[in-house]
Amino acid sequence: MSALLEVSGVSKSFDGFKAIDNLSFSVAEPELRAIIGPNGAGKTTFMDLVTGKTRPDTGSIRYGELSRDLTKLSEAQIARAGIGRKFQKPTVFEDQTVFENLSMALASPRSPWTVLTRRPSMEVRAGEVAERVGLTAHLARRAGVLSHGQKQWLEIGMLLAQEPRLLLVDEPAAGMTSAERERTTEMLVEAAKEHAVVVIEHDMEFVRRLNCRVTVLHEGRALAEGSLDHVCADPRVIDVYLGRPETEGETADA
Amino acid sequence: MTDVSVSPSSGRKYSGEREGLAPRSRPLIQRPDVLIFLAILALVTICATVLAQMGYVSTSTVKLLGKTLCLCLAALAMDLVWGYTGILSLGHFAFFGIGGYAIGMWLMWDRTELIVLETLAQNPLPPTPLEIEEAIGAQIFGVVGSTEIPWLWAFAGSLPVQLAAAVLVPGLIALVFGWLAFRSRVAGVYLSILTQAGTLALSLWLFQNDSGLRGNNGLSGLQNLPGLDDVPQSTISLWFLWASALALGGAYLLASWTVSGRFGSVLRGIRDDEARVRFLGYEVEHYKLAIFTGTAMATGIAGALYYPQAGIVNPAEIAPIASIYLAVWVAIGGRGRLYGAVIGAAFVSLLSSWFTGGGAPDIDLGFYEIKWTDWWLVLLGLTFVLVTLFAPKGLGGLVDLWTHRRSTRVDDLGPDQGSLRAEEDRP
Repeated sequence: MSALLEVSGVSKSFDGFKAIDNLSFSVAEPELRAIIGPNGAGKTTFMDLVTGKTRPDTGSIRYGELSRDLTKLSEAQIARAGIGRKFQKPTVFEDQTVFENLSMALASPRSPWTVLTRRPSMEVRAGEVAERVGLTAHLARRAGVLSHGQKQWLEIGMLLAQEPRLLLVDEPAAGMTSAERERTTEMLVEAAKEHAVVVIEHDMEFVRRLNCRVTVLHEGRALAEGSLDHVCADPRVIDVYLGRPETEGETADA
Repeated sequence: MTDVSVSPSSGRKYSGEREGLAPRSRPLIQRPDVLIFLAILALVTICATVLAQMGYVSTSTVKLLGKTLCLCLAALAMDLVWGYTGILSLGHFAFFGIGGYAIGMWLMWDRTELIVLETLAQNPLPPTPLEIEEAIGAQIFGVVGSTEIPWLWAFAGSLPVQLAAAVLVPGLIALVFGWLAFRSRVAGVYLSILTQAGTLALSLWLFQNDSGLRGNNGLSGLQNLPGLDDVPQSTISLWFLWASALALGGAYLLASWTVSGRFGSVLRGIRDDEARVRFLGYEVEHYKLAIFTGTAMATGIAGALYYPQAGIVNPAEIAPIASIYLAVWVAIGGRGRLYGAVIGAAFVSLLSSWFTGGGAPDIDLGFYEIKWTDWWLVLLGLTFVLVTLFAPKGLGGLVDLWTHRRSTRVDDLGPDQGSLRAEEDRP
């Protein structure tokens, strides 16, 4: 197990506020990892940094066998390198059908000329993904008319369709029923058998079910790392996170 | 429908799935909107030709029709760039004008050359190339007080070069402009302002006498094709009508192909959420640049076909307001659907000719007389505001009403399909 993603000494501040403060973090392939932390701990900023949405002030983010420096790549290049992201709020293309959403996500050449001129049939592959996320019956429907849970599934489907090596999943279980949570857990555990999966989650019950290594983020730093029981026993963790009343239903991270 | 079918093997196989996917894999030529559009275009062109030859339709009407088709082509390009990709370019009409100037230069040069040669042939000595050039220069640039031939006109005598310029100059300008703008992620209203400013700059430059393009006189006499003085305008107008119709038909096919499949999905994705498209691994800037440049070239072709029918091209044509009209047409016709752009351009520009040409009767209110030549713009502006507020789908939305009514009337839909359809219609 060698590290697929190696974040070292990364800092990022917004108008003087240190969202990420000298953070180091690494994840191997295959591995399932959960990141927990209170509101404003920098969880979403961390994802933004890895996917190229924001650039770190200092530090390096290296990825893959070649240790490519992600801070020098564009969002699209990072995505093509094999990093897929699922957003906290389902962001699917509501105006397009489930099939169209999936066909855009399916791993395939991305340059305009190739996409325009070479048009392989994607129905079989899109159908397979749709079946994995239980949307076979809805392939021809506009994503905008799907229920919240179905949109979550569609976005997970789009993530799987990209065939990424590193999956960054932001609160996958938000707004799901318990049966759906169970299925999401299964899917993430399954994906983590071959790839690296990083799950950002608020719901401790869900994290417990993932049964994986946990990193606790606090004020932009990794406060503790280890099994869930281990970090839960850490007095610092109890102090900043677990000891406080649960802040469920977080809507926007820093 | 709030509950998700969690199990992937939830046997209910929605038979509409195949039906829903079918249009995408169907050949372009079999798609109903393409077929209907091409049929109507062919019908209009053929009818106009027959009626013109029987003498029922005047040459100026044929020209109006031909020009309208060119405007439709420009609107089609605008719809691709704005309606599908979400780039509100307020400068596409500049490409239209550049296309017109490029072809106009050849038309003027070649025709002047023929006239000059004819005149000089009466001299006892055969004219030298320098004499010919000077005579042409005096003829063309006399109005701006110059006889020198500007460098821009170096290849004006060559039809292939000027034809290529009508396409490549707009393409090149769009490429450079787009590369600079998209690379710095200029988007939204800032991009619109930038395109508008660029258009204004181009128009102001053209207004200058030393621009080399005859200042505010523009290029004129473009309706006369060199060497074809004995062909009547009634025939030439039909040629251009057919050329315009072919260009529009071809462009419609090309545009339909472009917006179908994954490429079209990516374009619409960029319009709705470009950050998300980036995270899927698509270089949004490359797509924007491709569509911006491609549509600029198409608009250049439209201009090259339009101005020989109009007879004159001058800097006022490129004024920023013209590009705004283009956006208004597309908005009224319905963004994001190709036929919407064509309907909007045809409807509004024909209506505009009717109102401003004195076709509409003035309304006497007793205390005030509404002269449509003055009030048409107010009416158009009001319509634009109302359409944007209350009918964002534009005239094209009417087609939806019709197709929906038709699709619910079809009986062979199973109850399952019918119910799903009803669900889709609700929100």
